[in-house]
Amino acid sequence: MQFWIIQTLNSLALGGLLFLLSAGFSLIFGLMRIANLTHGALFMLGAYVGVTILRVVPDLWLAALLGGLLVAAFGGLLERFILRALAGNALGQVLVTLGVAFIIADFCLIVWGGDPIPVPTPEYLRRPLIVAGVAFPTYRLVVIGIAIVTAIVLHLLMERTRLGAMIRAGVDDMQMARAVGIPVSRLFTIVFCLGSALAGAGGIIGGPILSAYPGLDFEMLPLALIIVILGGVGSLVGAFVGSFIIGFIYTFGSALLPDLAYVILFLPMIFVIAFRPRGLFGRLGT
Amino acid sequence: MTEALSLSGVNALYGDSHVLHEVSFSLSAGRVLALLGRNGAGKTTCMNAIIGFLPPRDGRISLFGEPIARLSPEAISRRGIGLVPQGRRIFPTLTVRENLVVARQLRPGTARPWTLERVSELFPRLQERQQQPAGSLSGGEQQMLAIGRALMGNPRVLLMDEPSEGLAPRIVAEVGQTIARLKKEGLSIVLVEQNIKLAFGLADDVVMLNTGRVAFSGGVDALRNDEATLTQHLGVF
Repeated sequence: MQFWIIQTLNSLALGGLLFLLSAGFSLIFGLMRIANLTHGALFMLGAYVGVTILRVVPDLWLAALLGGLLVAAFGGLLERFILRALAGNALGQVLVTLGVAFIIADFCLIVWGGDPIPVPTPEYLRRPLIVAGVAFPTYRLVVIGIAIVTAIVLHLLMERTRLGAMIRAGVDDMQMARAVGIPVSRLFTIVFCLGSALAGAGGIIGGPILSAYPGLDFEMLPLALIIVILGGVGSLVGAFVGSFIIGFIYTFGSALLPDLAYVILFLPMIFVIAFRPRGLFGRLGT
Repeated sequence: MTEALSLSGVNALYGDSHVLHEVSFSLSAGRVLALLGRNGAGKTTCMNAIIGFLPPRDGRISLFGEPIARLSPEAISRRGIGLVPQGRRIFPTLTVRENLVVARQLRPGTARPWTLERVSELFPRLQERQQQPAGSLSGGEQQMLAIGRALMGNPRVLLMDEPSEGLAPRIVAEVGQTIARLKKEGLSIVLVEQNIKLAFGLADDVVMLNTGRVAFSGGVDALRNDEATLTQHLGVF
């Protein structure tokens, strides 16, 4: 019984982290029409930057905030100075994001070394929550809560504000959005910064569960890709549902059928591509 | 008369094919200019060149004397050109209200600026459907929304690309009345139309394009009874 409960909770916590990663990935993909292959690296960069910040200010949430802002600034520069120079050349942009991902990976290896660095769970969240004789890891519950709150805030931003409506207008018909005076280039920067911030903060918040290690970037990136293909490009609801589906499949797949973990992971994606190419909640063809 | 919009010597290309040849015409402030021609004559291309979708290779385009050729579409929109595009191109997943709100631009010095309220008053039917996704509207309603959306930007010049296309005759008449009202309010309009009757009813001036070149340019009255010119360049009479 404990096994199933804990694995369920692990799935949900991983799903929450994946949502922080894939929400921005999906928005960037939907608006800018490019798969940002740097996204996994931004997650890892966030984790490492968090490690360093934590040595100075020993507060995980402050580290997540600061780290998120730093990664956002990095993402903003990447969009503004490199991707914009390649505007209209989607393939070039995707290749550049892949190149930057490799650069970040090497940079992290040089600065933080090759050994995994554990991120301590905040003191006050270490004691498990005991309900009806079952022990729940408290930190994972908090991560799930953060993901849900983030999802609600993002949803309100996208659905209830003029900025959100402008972003959706850009997803619907970018050329026409420009023609009614929507500053699409500025939206690109905003969305890229937002996505980078979420990925970076996600890396730090995920630290106590995943820790920071070389290769974290390319472990996360395919998951974000699968989630967005599954949920639909540019759809927050899709990213949310997709994240939890993949969280469950990945966790239970690794626990029950470790040899087939990747098969189980990619199988639903193949079915979705075959039968619902726009994803479960998607509007755009990819 | 003040020149609201003028094109001079505009050449535009789609890849290797040269679609606009030395196009020049000008729209006076407060007037309606009908841009006519057969399919493929270059009318929509002309609109695309003005709004910046297809930056012209050379030539000048100016809005109240200010050069706008080769600016980005958002910069051109912000300088005061509104577009009601061919095929309407409303944002289908946004609500009717959101379609209008995202296009809002305030222009200092506008005497009676267009607001959500004024657009709703112009098109009461949109008011009733405010919270509906725009993609669920009928063709006529989508056309009204496309016009309302362009007005929300408080344009100094309005480009309308076939606003009557694919609409029932009753709705065409309604769209015609709306354009007449906008003209009365002093808006300068370039109107691309296949519906010659509608165009002649609204226009002060006419420019006719034939295979990307200006074939006729003059007052509407001179053209109305000139069947030879009409047949030659439109082939519909």
